[in-house]
Amino acid sequence: MSTASTAFPRRSKRINITFWLGLVLVGGISLAGILSLFWTPYALSDMAGGRLEAPNASHWAGTDRLGRDMFTQLMIGARIALIVGCGAVGIGAAIGVTTGLLAAFATRFLDDALAAFMDILIAFPTLLVAMLVVAAREESSLGTAILALGIGVSPIIARITRILTKQVLGQDYIIAARVSGTSWGAIVFWHILPNIVPFLAVNLALQFGLAVMAEASLSYLGLGAPPPNASWGHMLHEAQGTVYTAPWGAILPGLALFALVIGINLLADGLRDRFDPSRRDM
Amino acid sequence: MTLLSVENVGFSYGAGRRVLKDISFSVPRGSNVGLVGESGSGKSTLLRLLLGLDAPQTGRILFDGQPLEAKNRRYLREYRKRVQAVFQDPYSSLNPAHRIQRIVTEPLRSLKIGGNHLEMAREAIASVGLDADTLTRYPHQFSGGQRQRIAIARAIIARPELVLADEAVSALDLSTRVRVVDLFQEISENMTMVFVSHDMGVVAALCDQIVVLDRGHIVEAGATAEILRTPQHAYTQSLLASIPRMPIET
Amino acid sequence: MADLLTVSGLSLKTADKLLVEDLSFSIGQGERFGLIGESGSGKSLTSFAILGLLPASIRPTGSITLGGEQIVGASERRLSSLRGDAVACVFQEPLTALDPLMPLGRQIAGPVRRRLKREGIDSSRAAVKREVRVLMEQVRLPDPQRLFDAYPHEVSGGQRQRVAIAMALACQPRLLIADEPTTALDVTTQAEIVQLINALVADLGISLLFISHDLAVVGQVAERVMVMRNGRPVEIGTAQQVLTKPHDDYTRNLVAAARRFDAALEGGA
Repeated sequence: MSTASTAFPRRSKRINITFWLGLVLVGGISLAGILSLFWTPYALSDMAGGRLEAPNASHWAGTDRLGRDMFTQLMIGARIALIVGCGAVGIGAAIGVTTGLLAAFATRFLDDALAAFMDILIAFPTLLVAMLVVAAREESSLGTAILALGIGVSPIIARITRILTKQVLGQDYIIAARVSGTSWGAIVFWHILPNIVPFLAVNLALQFGLAVMAEASLSYLGLGAPPPNASWGHMLHEAQGTVYTAPWGAILPGLALFALVIGINLLADGLRDRFDPSRRDM
Repeated sequence: MTLLSVENVGFSYGAGRRVLKDISFSVPRGSNVGLVGESGSGKSTLLRLLLGLDAPQTGRILFDGQPLEAKNRRYLREYRKRVQAVFQDPYSSLNPAHRIQRIVTEPLRSLKIGGNHLEMAREAIASVGLDADTLTRYPHQFSGGQRQRIAIARAIIARPELVLADEAVSALDLSTRVRVVDLFQEISENMTMVFVSHDMGVVAALCDQIVVLDRGHIVEAGATAEILRTPQHAYTQSLLASIPRMPIET
Repeated sequence: MADLLTVSGLSLKTADKLLVEDLSFSIGQGERFGLIGESGSGKSLTSFAILGLLPASIRPTGSITLGGEQIVGASERRLSSLRGDAVACVFQEPLTALDPLMPLGRQIAGPVRRRLKREGIDSSRAAVKREVRVLMEQVRLPDPQRLFDAYPHEVSGGQRQRVAIAMALACQPRLLIADEPTTALDVTTQAEIVQLINALVADLGISLLFISHDLAVVGQVAERVMVMRNGRPVEIGTAQQVLTKPHDDYTRNLVAAARRFDAALEGGA
């Protein structure tokens, strides 16, 4: 009876490659970010090199227009990106999953009202919501940006949670659980969450990527966290004027952003397949 | 002695049309009763009421002499210890994320029934004719017939007095269906069963009494042999006449 | 009498799995042929192969000829004209087979217009509408006036299946493939649809390939039947022989199972 898991050998191999590639990208960036807490090649504000040096032996990623080491900035940027991504997705998931579950269980009227509210929020670009929140706080700090982005991504998470939950609620095993005497709380915990998490995880990764990008955009616009919490977006903002003379100043943070977003998505795809017992290698 | 009795039950969803109108019948302890009807007959709604998932708007349902209080949680917990169910679709009635052991023992955990759950699971799985190593596997590793056996194991693990089956063999292939019908026959020797189905042949093979539903009404009810031999109502007659039969040897 | 459809040595495989193996049968002009099988038997894949509708991942080998024309390996263009002309089909679920956003009359009109154009006959709106009305009467749809403008969700399952049959007949096929056409229907409706298919096939003199898991239903329709299991043919013969005196053990089991429920209905359970 174990034919189901052996029928698609090629598929599971491909899934593994996706998973491992994602793990390498995200793992590398995470390591750099964690390492930056203890060690960086130079201090952040140390104008140790010449101005706009190309990558070389003492400055692996070159220097910016004040002669500060770019590799140091990239490492700190990795830390900021991870904090922003995890924080925003954490806040977004806390608000979104709760609202989504509520809407799925709510009466018709409340469900419609919540759904309409989510649709209105989704219609506002995440970046715009974030800018409004930053403006309302009248100061730009990392915490403000994370809160803003978390609120910004929450309606999408809520809507997906609601749809996935409704699908699961329509399955016979939910009725079977009720007939078995299982309480609604236990049904959410044992039956709904395990079946929506694999799909939700992929979406959360997408939101992680969007949040990191949105923070970069905020910083690029000068609304992000000020140094020493300089992010990749801030680096892009700084490199704006010298993009023709010293292109690596824009290319390297761009590549880092790209690698993190791609990596997290690959990782989520791989994780979903591992979560799903019918696709798991036995 | 009557275990379950349905008295003048009526039900409608929201303010819409009435799905059930003045339904009355009783299920004697130890009997197998078949609820037969085509789509739109209200048989699934009636089953939801019997499961305590919805409450009838008019009339009442008595279980062992006490009214079924679908909105009383404490009552329902005791009710569920005594009444379990098997559903139609073996592919959606088992949570794909859990191992069989967890699935089969869910009633024990939810109803806070004591004892050695693993031992009870082994016993239930053996009594539906599956190997003990079934317990460590996942639903997707089993065929439709095997999944339905697992669902039956879950329904009987808490040793209920009444098992409600909703089209429980309709989704199975013919050769599997025969064996699962045999299994139902076997387990029904120790308990009462209500078997909801559109399939008159299966109901005839399993049940000693039949209730025929059409568009929310009971059109005919009585002993299976009686109804098969001399159906009184025109609907029952046309239903029986429509069932395709195998050609006879010539 | 020449055979209309000849399947010989047909095998269907994916990259790593053999789905149907060495299948051979033929259907004569005007013959009603039944294909019996449980889930996973490959019976529906066989009908897809005949229609040239196999997904690209499944590779057919062997030969299928319809009216002398080879289907295995034929170009998509050739296949699509065969589908509109020589062969048509009716599926299990009439609700998903119909476009939910189009009135029933217009759905039947589509294939009618294509046929009239192909044959170079008057394909004006009035002519098409006249043909559609004829077809609707042929499949005994009540109140064609009203149903012409009705949407699929507004009519019953049996009526939807009648519409699907009318669409299949609109191109005047020589072979009608009916794949579990009554499985999703109530018993009383099933009896009507079986009766209708039998009557139409006889009236129009077309051949029928009737696919079902239900032995008794196949017995009511087919003259000759083939039983399939796990992609292989198990037994072939006249319906009377296979369903009353099966040679093969698997068929014998199936027949015994079906007879058991029949016996229960006779009160002998």
